[in-house]
Formats: sequence, structure tokens, C-alpha cells
Amino acid sequence: MSGLLEEMTEKARARNIPLGAQIDLTYRCNERCVHCYLDHEDHGEMTTAEIKHLLDEMADAGVFILSLSGGEIFLRKDFFEILEYARMERQFCVKLKTNAIMIREREAARLREIGVESIQISIYSHRPEVHDAITLVPGSLKRSLDAARFLKSQGLRVIFANVLMVQNLQDYEGVRGLAKEMGVECTLDPTITPMMDGSRSVLQLGLKQEALRQVFRDEGMVAEVQEACAIASPADENVLSALPCSAGHTTCYVSPYGDVFPCVQFPLPTGNVRKQRFLDVWRDSERMKEVRSIRLRDLTTCSSCSHVGSCTRCPGLAFMEGNMRGPSSLDCEKSFARTGIPSANMLTKKRPAANLVQIQIAQTASAAQTSSALA
Amino acid sequence: MSIFVARNPQVAARSLDGEMMIMSGRDSTLFTLNKTATILWQAADGDTPLEDIVRQKICTEYEVDPAAALQDAEMLARDLANHGILRISEQPIARGESK
Repeated sequence: MSGLLEEMTEKARARNIPLGAQIDLTYRCNERCVHCYLDHEDHGEMTTAEIKHLLDEMADAGVFILSLSGGEIFLRKDFFEILEYARMERQFCVKLKTNAIMIREREAARLREIGVESIQISIYSHRPEVHDAITLVPGSLKRSLDAARFLKSQGLRVIFANVLMVQNLQDYEGVRGLAKEMGVECTLDPTITPMMDGSRSVLQLGLKQEALRQVFRDEGMVAEVQEACAIASPADENVLSALPCSAGHTTCYVSPYGDVFPCVQFPLPTGNVRKQRFLDVWRDSERMKEVRSIRLRDLTTCSSCSHVGSCTRCPGLAFMEGNMRGPSSLDCEKSFARTGIPSANMLTKKRPAANLVQIQIAQTASAAQTSSALA
Repeated sequence: MSIFVARNPQVAARSLDGEMMIMSGRDSTLFTLNKTATILWQAADGDTPLEDIVRQKICTEYEVDPAAALQDAEMLARDLANHGILRISEQPIARGESK
């Protein structure tokens, strides 16, 4: 985050302004990604008028950065009408998340004309046989990459979002190379999210310890491996006073049905914009206030964990595990993979020793540090 | 000679506690405008001459010499134009022309 954006975010937080919001315009999709957490049936999406009304309310509430996502946003016939309204009438800074397979020259030119900050495209592999096996749509990689080229030719900012899982673990370097070749940005995310109905079956697709350690120690991916994998300093009062994340503080999420949540990954219902004003939900929802009240010192288990100051703990994933103040085991795994030090949560659960033995065998720099620190 | 100023519709903008945040559509650079610059930005409709904006919106809000305020406003407008977030013309600017 740039210094100025950080400053504005802090101002927004102090004034309880939702600076950023994501709206999923639809959960319908033209791909069937094997790891997807959504129910793709349409259970009564907001109409065009309802979405425009929501955009008015969000703009008045101070929302500046607006992510439009789904499902696949281009499946909505009124997508460009909504986008044009958001940009031209309400001056949002709009980011799009899409698989892009419906974007051709005409759509790319229209996006350029309307003006969007960035278009994030899901790319799982540089190899069609791997990417298409994840999306379950033959030819989808070619179509997504064609779209990326159309968008680039319009001078638009394109970002490849590469979600890592067992199926494409070996391909992230290929995706990064492809991005470089095409002059687009690339992000990597090793997080697989439980299904919206709470089912955790898709988590089996997520990377295991060994693979996570490989990614975190890849010097091509991580600028300063030693620093990134270093053991955090003991938490002081400043660390413990920090917010767990921006969800509910300066950002929120609205589903296609008008339900408001602290974040797309935090399925705690706080209100519905079909029944209430957006700002009333944001300001007055007791659940939103509860999320807002939590500081790192309030976290059960995590507040005493050696990773508390550096962990990527997601409050939403913790909530899905049963307690928004509790640990997120997926993030415990990441902290463990980064540093070789098990989290307080892992120790509480008396993790089998097998994983610790693996660390000793690996003999990485961090593991060596860990051994000496424990000696 | 009058000059006219218009907001570039390609930028994103939002007022945060009286200060305008502006994201350039050209390179995603973020700017913030102070309260005086925000008044100018909000009044930059392409139709109203800059001197009228200064007289009606700025001189009524602050105790400033109109000539000095106009000079400052012109400098500010040119600076914003250099960043691609405002357009300046000697003629009125119709909406949609300022891309």
C-alpha cells in the first residue's frame, strides 16, 4: 500500500468510513473451478436498480475503491450499465475480478473508455491442460489469455491472480514467466477457502506443509526470503493493540443478494441492503461493531503465539473454524511453513511430531536458526 | 482572457472529511487535495470560468485578495492538468471532451 493510501486508510478508519468495498454482482459462473467456494445458482440477485441504489449509498458513505467480482461479472447483461454508473455517475475507483473469457476487443475497448483501475484475471497455469482441468472449461486458458492481450492493447492494467493448489503447484513459475512476457502483474495466493455452506471438502486441494515451505522459500517469488521467513520479535503492546485486518474497519463485502459481510472471506451476516440503508448496516450492526472491537490482544490462543505480529491470520477463516477470536489453522500452517516454528494453536492441538522432524531433515536456513534458538 | 476547467471523467474521486482523494486514470497515482483545492475541483464543471469559481466559491469562504486567489488557482489548475486530472481550456469544455 502506498504511503498516501495508508494515510487515507488510517483517516477513514478513525472516522469509521468504509473506504473499500467488494460487491459480487452474481454467483453465476461460466467456469466450474474445482476449488471454488460458491453456490452458482441464482437465488435472486439484486436488480440493476437495486445495485445502482447501493452504489449511491456506498458513494455517499465514502466508499472509494470498489471491487466488482463474482461469479463471473460479465454474465450479467447489465454489467456495463452498472460499471458505467459506478464510474461516470459516482466516480468510484473500480477494480474488476473476472475469468475474462467473455472479453473480446469490443469489451476491452469499452473498459478503456469507461476507465477501470485494474482487471484481475484468474490464471492457474501456463499450460492449458492444467488450467482447463481446474476451470473444467476446455479452451478457457486460451480465451483468458486472449482477453488479457486485448486489455493490454488498450493500455489497461492487468493482474494475473494465481491461486495455488495441489493441481498447479509446479506451474507458478510458468504463470509468472507468462505474466512477465505479456507485461502484466501477477499475484500468488496459496489459500483455498471453505465452501459457503461451511463444507471444508475443497480444503484437501490446498498445499501441504512441504509445498508451502517450497513456495515461501522460493527466491524467485519472495524478495527477501531470510527476512520473510524470520521469526518475529516478541509482541509488544503496539503489536497487541493492532487490528486483525481491515475487514469491518475500512472494508466490507456485499453479496449478489444484498447481504453485507465484513469481508468476502468472512461470512458473518451483518445486514441486508434490500431492507436497510448501507450506512446503517455499516455503522450500527452489532455484529459489525463486534468485529470492529477486536484487537490482537483479544485473540484466544493467538495473542500468546510467537507469530502474532507477523501471521497472516484471517479473521474470516477463523470464524469459519468456529470462533472469530480464535486461530485460523490455515494461517497457522503458513506461519509454520515460513518459520519452522509451530504456532500456539498447533502446540495446543499437540500436532504429531512428524512435521517437526521434516523441518530438521530440510535443513533450511530458517530451520537452522530455529534449532539454535531452541537449543 | 477567461480560462475554463473541467474534471477529467477518467479519474476516480471521493471526498474524505473535506479532502478530495483522486486516483489518476492514467497511472493509478493517488492524489489528495486540500480543502481549497477541493472546492476548485468540485466546481470545475467546464462551463464556469475560473475567475467566477474563485470569486463565488473561494473568496466567499476565505478572506483572500481576489487577484492573488485567482493567480494561485491558475497555478493549481495547471498543476492538476499536468497530472491529467483536470483539463484547462480557453473555451468552455463539454462533458465527455475532457478524456
